[in-house]
Amino acid sequence: MADIGMESAVGISAAGDGAGPGYRLLAKESPEEEGRFLEISMGPQHPSTHGVFRMDVLLDGETVVRLKPVFGYLHRNHEKIAEGTTYLGSMPYTDRLDYFNSMTNNWAYALAVEKLAGISVPERAEYIRVITAEMTRLQNHATLMGFLLQDLGAMGTPLMYAFREREKILDLFEAVSGSRMMCNYMRFGGCRVDLPSGWLEETVRLVDEFPGFLDEFEALLAENEILMARLQGVGVLSAALAVNAGVTGPMLRASGVNYDIRKVDHYGIYDRFKFRVPLGAHGDCYDRLMLRLLEMRESIKILKQALKQIPSGPVIDPKVKIRNFKPKPGEAYGRIEGPKWELGFYLMSDGSASPYRYRVRPPSLINLTVLEDLCIGQKVADVVVILGSVDIVLGEVDR
Amino acid sequence: MESIEQIKLRIEQAIPGVILEIIANGSPGNPASIRVDPEHALAVARFLKDDGQLRLDYASNVTGVDWPDKVAQQTVKVLKMVDGVEKEFDAKVETREPGFLEAVYHLYSMELKHGPLVLRMRTGDRAGQTHLPSLTPLYRSADFQEREIYDLYGIIFDGHPDLRRLLMWEGFEDHPMRKDYAEPDDYEFEPTAHNQVLAKARRHYPPKASNG
Repeated sequence: MADIGMESAVGISAAGDGAGPGYRLLAKESPEEEGRFLEISMGPQHPSTHGVFRMDVLLDGETVVRLKPVFGYLHRNHEKIAEGTTYLGSMPYTDRLDYFNSMTNNWAYALAVEKLAGISVPERAEYIRVITAEMTRLQNHATLMGFLLQDLGAMGTPLMYAFREREKILDLFEAVSGSRMMCNYMRFGGCRVDLPSGWLEETVRLVDEFPGFLDEFEALLAENEILMARLQGVGVLSAALAVNAGVTGPMLRASGVNYDIRKVDHYGIYDRFKFRVPLGAHGDCYDRLMLRLLEMRESIKILKQALKQIPSGPVIDPKVKIRNFKPKPGEAYGRIEGPKWELGFYLMSDGSASPYRYRVRPPSLINLTVLEDLCIGQKVADVVVILGSVDIVLGEVDR
Repeated sequence: MESIEQIKLRIEQAIPGVILEIIANGSPGNPASIRVDPEHALAVARFLKDDGQLRLDYASNVTGVDWPDKVAQQTVKVLKMVDGVEKEFDAKVETREPGFLEAVYHLYSMELKHGPLVLRMRTGDRAGQTHLPSLTPLYRSADFQEREIYDLYGIIFDGHPDLRRLLMWEGFEDHPMRKDYAEPDDYEFEPTAHNQVLAKARRHYPPKASNG
């Protein structure tokens, strides 16, 4: 239990285990092993790394023996910047964390501040938050599936199918917030503006049409022979390791652990909706892909209920101070079930206008903890697929 | 989950010699935290993880906090003899409270679906005694996050399997998330071959007087 997968199965020791520079993947080769291993650097400009991310991979033939991810290419010390600005000043910056899911990033940050300062949210704003968050989930999962197929070599077509659907959702985001991706829409105690007229009808139409796309996509994917050969049994993550390594989101549930923060914490108004949490049985790449398809169907259920129930009323608590916002000294940790994972914000206030400590729990980074465990013993071509199924965004990994 | 006082009592019963302190949280509705002395931190974490009622098997968020030295100035009345007469003067007295670095762990239970329990550890000071025990042997999820704390705050986690900088590059010396970190104004400058070309060009084309 204490050392799950801590060392690779092959007995190679890395140089510089411990602090200090001069780290190398392969310490020294014994004379009889000379030339046996090949160390290659995948990235940071490799297209399959979804950004600037590097993996130091040690290969024995085509099999991965060791793998060390290297981070920091996109590091701009988001937390330090946030500690130097006001609470509200960081809100647009959270969009840039995981730039696919800016709505849920906004929500997680707003939730943490609301917990810190004890702010309530009006009914209508809660519904708007659920609707936009579930739409974010739809477009994130659709895009992820497209990208994963692109990593497998299905160049272009499936990704463009996904992007076509994503574009419809982004159009609606633009209508409500003025921006396709960098929404900056939520505020402490509600949302920035009310929905434009006709927006809800458009969304209802989109939600009604979306299952058609899912059916089409599923027909394309499910029981596809190439997909099954490339994904099944690849990158298996056991439930025990997933829990221990803090893996969250669809990746955790694909390993069969029933942990969905929407169900556990009931943040917002998620206790009002009927939906199920899909679980995987094998924890391999195929389960991770198909689980996202099932989650999209559940998201549509939530959206249908929310769109039916949404009341009219104010979208922001008028008592909340926008300017000169100074919460009492204290600390709070707010977390939500983002489309990819548990996104959390840890805030510490010292009574001044900027947070004393502002921390983003970077789920992309934490989910990569198990990357080496998933890849060891797999072929180098599968590394690309496994990384794609983890579903990372480098804006959040490096912050 | 049980109340934090109950948990504290039970830890104290289970682990003899442990020093715990409940740190109150000024924000209403948010949980208080438990401070653990570094010597017993690993044993406490193991207790929290294995205990049947708690089963805190998931370390969600691991982070550092920097508390710089506090310098408070107080004005004190001092009596002094001036020309044989006792007079009262104002004198300033500096009191120095040493700072420390803190590691904060948010523990949840995936099995029993409760949490969080906030665990804190403090270093001796900010310069020499910055060692804390690593919880990575218990929670793999602390692996990269402790590396990040080491990188950005400079806490050295004893027992971490692979403690290297995570976000900053090898050879970088400071810890950017500390409150007193000053950004060097030229760290992006690196002499390249291009600088030699420029220097050579300057000999042939001396810079003209600036005319705006």
